[in-house]
Amino acid sequence: MMGDDVLKRNVYLDYSATTPVKKEVFEAMVPYYTENFGNPSSIYRYGREAKSVVDKSREIIAGTINASTNEIYFCAGGSEADNWALKGIAEANANKGKHIITSKIEHHAVLHSCEYLETRGFEVTYLDVDEYGMVDLNDLKNAIRKDTILISIMYVNNEVGTVQPIAEIGKIAKENGIYFHTDAVQSYGHIKIDVEKLGVDLMTISSHKIYGPKGVGALYIRKGTKINQFIHGGAQERSMRAGTENLAAIAGFGKAASIADETLDEHRTRLIALRDKMINEISSRIGHVKLNGHPTERHPGNVNFCFEFIEGESLLLLLDNQGIAASSGSACTSGSLDPSHVLMALGLPHEIAHGSLRLTIGDFTTEEDVDYTVEKLVGIVEKLREISPLH
Amino acid sequence: MYSEKVMDHFMNPRNVGEIENADGVGEVGNPQCGDIMKIFLKIENDIIVDAKFKTFGCGSAIASSSMATELIKGKSIDEVVSLTNRAVVEALDGLPPKKVHCSVLAEDAIKVALMDYAKKNNLNIKGLENFKVREHEH
Repeated sequence: MMGDDVLKRNVYLDYSATTPVKKEVFEAMVPYYTENFGNPSSIYRYGREAKSVVDKSREIIAGTINASTNEIYFCAGGSEADNWALKGIAEANANKGKHIITSKIEHHAVLHSCEYLETRGFEVTYLDVDEYGMVDLNDLKNAIRKDTILISIMYVNNEVGTVQPIAEIGKIAKENGIYFHTDAVQSYGHIKIDVEKLGVDLMTISSHKIYGPKGVGALYIRKGTKINQFIHGGAQERSMRAGTENLAAIAGFGKAASIADETLDEHRTRLIALRDKMINEISSRIGHVKLNGHPTERHPGNVNFCFEFIEGESLLLLLDNQGIAASSGSACTSGSLDPSHVLMALGLPHEIAHGSLRLTIGDFTTEEDVDYTVEKLVGIVEKLREISPLH
Repeated sequence: MYSEKVMDHFMNPRNVGEIENADGVGEVGNPQCGDIMKIFLKIENDIIVDAKFKTFGCGSAIASSSMATELIKGKSIDEVVSLTNRAVVEALDGLPPKKVHCSVLAEDAIKVALMDYAKKNNLNIKGLENFKVREHEH
């Protein structure tokens, strides 16, 4: 089962989990650890230099989404931004109502924040999605109540890559005077975002999904939005999120955002070509497979399949043995009894969902990587099916 | 997360396949939980002369099936009845706590195969009188 190791490659296909830091990004960060290490709150030169890079990154990021600089709040990452959006809006608007609408396929940072809010007296409606992972706008309209204060629907699903109709949802939210938050961690840097056109009031973005460092992200908060501060302390981030800024990471995030914005079109074209090649080859060369997610409204780098009769963890281990890094929504990899909540929400039977494989393509993926992966996958699936009593 | 032994038995599983006209066949687990183990036994004069398996499941489920079939080959029925999942875990140099249930499945699949053998031959196997497949938890 080991296969031919002579031509073994290292192929990273988990860009939706995290990305490597691009060299230019890393270089832009280094001085803020070693030379310009000052505290941005300090008045002397070191502090001013530090503050200027924070301002510059904020300006770059605001520019990439058509926001103003004072609508961008840096924080420690996507999970924090999601927690802040949900809890901050809920607490600040509880006098208006205690109902929140979200979907069943959100990231756990949103779902678990909602579950927490349920213990604090809030009510949450979790919208179903269709077999492609798409939220139904009529379901959304029907779920709206007089006391609904927030709608939180992710832009692009992290597992199956489905792109939601965010602008339409934004319109519905606006018509009903409800705040709208979107977790855009998987779309920022992959889809051109304009917060005005989308009509979002809050948006979560993260650095380490766009070739920036881990540990930094941002929450876009539309001017005038009523939201509570998240970390109490100093006056950083307009007193909304206290704590000395993660200076070098913010410098890196800004650089990564600027590269992503400048290269968006070529990045998308390249990824989509590789993605479609991979989807077509897997579909045509392996039987009893099912593409998860939407056929067209899809993250440019997301490939997600279920392979019948086999289990995801076995698949990952054998791929890893061939140098290929991927992920799965099987129970054995999620550490619980059930396969991922996303695959369940798509209506997949348990036994099919156990055999899921997510391959996410990024800027350093080559056509050779795709060919190699498909080649190895064909053999691995065949081998596991030979062992399987279901086949 | 897995020992070298587990990885070896997962990557190069021993005794994969089916035995035609097996003397005993045992299948446990269900596709909902993500593991199914099917064990085939060839028994002559109370000795397990051959054992094969087919498994749908994670790395440790496949490794447990492989190791369990290795452990019982050449053993007498009495010896196999007293074999517990512990022995499988030990032979694999341990399993992560969440994966111990895979070794339980292997023990149960073998015992179900022995019961099948007993039933087909109108035998009573000592030690299996009160055997029941365990509800397993992940």
